[in-house]
Amino acid sequence: KMASGQQWVLVEMVQAFYEAPAYHLILEGILILWIIRLLFSKTYKLQERSDLTEKEKEELIEEWQPEPLVPPVSKDHPSLNYDPNTKLNLSIVCGLPTSHKIVVNGKECINFASFNFLGLLDNERVKKRALSSLKKYGVGTCGPRGFYGTFDVHLELEDRLAKFMRTEEAIIYSYGFATIASAIPAYSKRGDIVFVDEAACFAIQKGLQASRSFIKYFKHNDMEDLERLLKDQEVEDQKNPRKARVIRRFIVVEGLYINTGDICPLPELVKLKYRYKVRIFLEESLSFGVLGDHGRGVTEHFGVNIDDIDLISANMENALASIGGFCCGRSFVIDHQRLSGQGYCFSASLPPMLAAAAIEALNIMEEDPEIFTILREKCSCVHRALQGIPGLKVVGESFTPALHLQLETSTGSRDSDMKTLRTIVEYCMNRRVALTQARYLDKEEKFLPPPTIRVVVTVEQTDEEINMAASLIREAALAILK
Amino acid sequence: MRDIRLRSLFCRTTEENGKSNGVAHSWSKRESFEQAPMYVAVLTYLGFGIVTLFGYFRDFLRAVGLEKCHLAQERDEQKDFVPLYQDFENFYTRNLYMRVRDNWNRPICSLPGPEFDLMERVSDDYNWTFRLTGRTIHNVINMGSYNYLGFAENNEKFLQPVANATKEYGIGVCSTRQEMGNLDIHQELEELVASFLGAESAMTFGMGFATNSMNIPALVSRGCLILSDELNHTSLILGARLSGATIRVFKHNNMQSLEKLLKEAIMGGQPRTHRPWRKILIVVEGIYSMEGSIVRLPEIVALKKKYKAYLYLDEAHSIGAVGATGRGVTQLFGLDPSDVDVLMGTFTKSFGAAGGYIAGKKELVDYLRAHSHSAAYATAMSPPVARQIIRAMKCIMGLDGLTVGIQRVRQLAENTRYFRRRLQELGFIIYGSQDSPVVPLLLYMPGKVGAFSRAMLERKIGVVVVGFPATPITEARARFCVSSAHTRDMLDKVLCSLDELGDYLGLKFSRRKCTQFELDS
Repeated sequence: KMASGQQWVLVEMVQAFYEAPAYHLILEGILILWIIRLLFSKTYKLQERSDLTEKEKEELIEEWQPEPLVPPVSKDHPSLNYDPNTKLNLSIVCGLPTSHKIVVNGKECINFASFNFLGLLDNERVKKRALSSLKKYGVGTCGPRGFYGTFDVHLELEDRLAKFMRTEEAIIYSYGFATIASAIPAYSKRGDIVFVDEAACFAIQKGLQASRSFIKYFKHNDMEDLERLLKDQEVEDQKNPRKARVIRRFIVVEGLYINTGDICPLPELVKLKYRYKVRIFLEESLSFGVLGDHGRGVTEHFGVNIDDIDLISANMENALASIGGFCCGRSFVIDHQRLSGQGYCFSASLPPMLAAAAIEALNIMEEDPEIFTILREKCSCVHRALQGIPGLKVVGESFTPALHLQLETSTGSRDSDMKTLRTIVEYCMNRRVALTQARYLDKEEKFLPPPTIRVVVTVEQTDEEINMAASLIREAALAILK
Repeated sequence: MRDIRLRSLFCRTTEENGKSNGVAHSWSKRESFEQAPMYVAVLTYLGFGIVTLFGYFRDFLRAVGLEKCHLAQERDEQKDFVPLYQDFENFYTRNLYMRVRDNWNRPICSLPGPEFDLMERVSDDYNWTFRLTGRTIHNVINMGSYNYLGFAENNEKFLQPVANATKEYGIGVCSTRQEMGNLDIHQELEELVASFLGAESAMTFGMGFATNSMNIPALVSRGCLILSDELNHTSLILGARLSGATIRVFKHNNMQSLEKLLKEAIMGGQPRTHRPWRKILIVVEGIYSMEGSIVRLPEIVALKKKYKAYLYLDEAHSIGAVGATGRGVTQLFGLDPSDVDVLMGTFTKSFGAAGGYIAGKKELVDYLRAHSHSAAYATAMSPPVARQIIRAMKCIMGLDGLTVGIQRVRQLAENTRYFRRRLQELGFIIYGSQDSPVVPLLLYMPGKVGAFSRAMLERKIGVVVVGFPATPITEARARFCVSSAHTRDMLDKVLCSLDELGDYLGLKFSRRKCTQFELDS
């Protein structure tokens, strides 16, 4: 029975074979031959340079010469130290009686270069609080936040910052630079789109680079340019709506730009946010503790509802005169960083004495909101005093505590501009006013700002000192910029 | 699961002890990565499978509305924005991590010394939210903090210099190193670090993580090759990515894999264009904190010299903790520190402070002073922290006239060996080298991770447990950090509790028989 069944199938097959059209048979034949060929052909790897003999390989290895690990740096680079007997390039600050009057390279100067806006670096209460924390906790935390590095001081500081800024939650980092550089890649991943201002600071640029997202730069403070980019993106979205539903979009701006001293137009940004459905990340390192009636930053300055900003990031190294940084916002946004912020999870937490100092500084800020008005008055005072210096123009708003002085007419070469400004700075340093040039890494910046002198305003500077410094700069400009 | 890389550790005879002093030949006998029996792997996967299934079930309930969703929600005004998080990204966090979340981020309210005080924390809703009860659990033995040489202390006499620095300089600096933040205390610290390490010159930075992520991009860039160990720390990986160089990974501590990559790189050149590489940088760590293994430095230095590559050594955990006088892995292997091109380390672990350093030839450090991202854009190190590092380093070097420092280094070595030996005798599987104060004890199964940590806390011992994604998914572990400040009693108490728990939870997976060897002096 079985044999006949099989025979019957065989007969069917032979019949089908005879009945098939010719082209069908030819095609099948070719396919079978091709498969046989592939089965027996030799496989080869594209990478292997198997045509080299052992001797040739050894020769290649011998011949290869790497570049030196680091290229040589010219001896008169401004960041290097020199023999103390000859000219010192880098300012060495030592033996501070206070932070307002510092000793630079052996000369006592008035400090117009440190970002100590509220003068809290010398504050006795802050120091005392830090000392009592030192007695209790020692210096280091010996672990990241996840592994017994969370101290009650950290929890208290986060709580206080959240309450001060009137947000739900805050998270602190142990290093100011790492704050925004870890926050951006925690939310924005490959494929997402970030619209960022051209004048964004270096920390933001590194955060964007780490995120691997598409970066679209818009001209500094130019809302029309931003709107144009957003509209273009909208057109793109309509071509591919499925993809558009999963791509996240962010705008990253600074409250007060450290590179230009301008303020960002926050109300327009919020309007654009709701029209084009983009989230806003605001970097407030310069404006925290400076703008607003209570020092809450640019949101208070403009009266914008703080919940409209998705994330506010700031460092505690300017107005709060401590070390570290924080991000604040709604819990929905901030809590994510506790597991995905690299600078938070994989790094030791902030030493408790530095956190305690920040808490005390916050206390002082809350008790005495007058200092913000005083600071802003001093800023406009300095801004006025520096106007009209021949050859130098003031870059920055009248209420910004970190101004820039730029050459009105550049010589055309960045090096010679830098040298000219350096001569002005040295002139002032020799006459007891400490200034500094704004430092950038020329090759690393996306949009390198022009060479400038940084002038920083603090509440501790008296009117006489401000006038003295302004007239000194005027003198220097007249003497040098001929 | 890993291949069995069990060396002939457990049959060391007493004759060998006489001549060994940690040199390359006998070091390979001092590492072990024992593999657990097969049933453990099966049960681990089964455990994960069950939890995942439950996860899907709970997600379903939450979607349907039968279960309350505890997660924070988006604002109503922004509900039509593109969602900030994708659901599947958070699956692991929501359903697995949440169950055992109480074992991490435990807040403390005292010094992180050999014993500390934990703040009692309870959850009323199964770990979704925590609240502090206000009570403190006193004198919990600390086996989790990186306090290798016991410099996390609040002895008033020792901390006097730090207090003086606070009064003199203040807390912050408010400026970068290249602008107005270069203080004389930084100069002093850098000279001391250079002389401690035996290098020509050194530079310090305010954060250890940032030392890597900001300086590797300054050293290498596009057109260079980075050969990085499989298990390198996130900061090294981030620094390598930000630099723009090509990254190739070699198997953990595997010299054949490294040599093969080096040969291929030099012969093949850059991908597609086949131009020769500008530089090759080998990036390794001194002690790998999740494995407890020590880098094979002599072999890597030999390879580096043969193939003309550069070596970047991250001694975050090994500086101060290994070596006869605490100088790190270069001293452990008897090598010249100038053989390593870039010596990097952090001050958080063995010096009880914060920050990092890079040391090497003067040209290297001068270049970094001019071109490091940290020098130009990040605030300088805080003066009291710098003063703490100076005093800790002087203590280890003996420059303060006392022998406290060297005693601590020896005590750490003794504690490490004792602890590891006793754990092996008890029958646990531990990874890593005999000299490493980082002791990972394998737990494998996800359920045991939570149970172990909670049970140890009940016995007033604070341990650190790690699971996926910091470790491979089947190798969850508890990680002990031995400190020189731990007394023999504390270690014995820990070992006793481990013995009990090992039996209760079934953690004694080791199948080795002969585990006796003598303490080296």
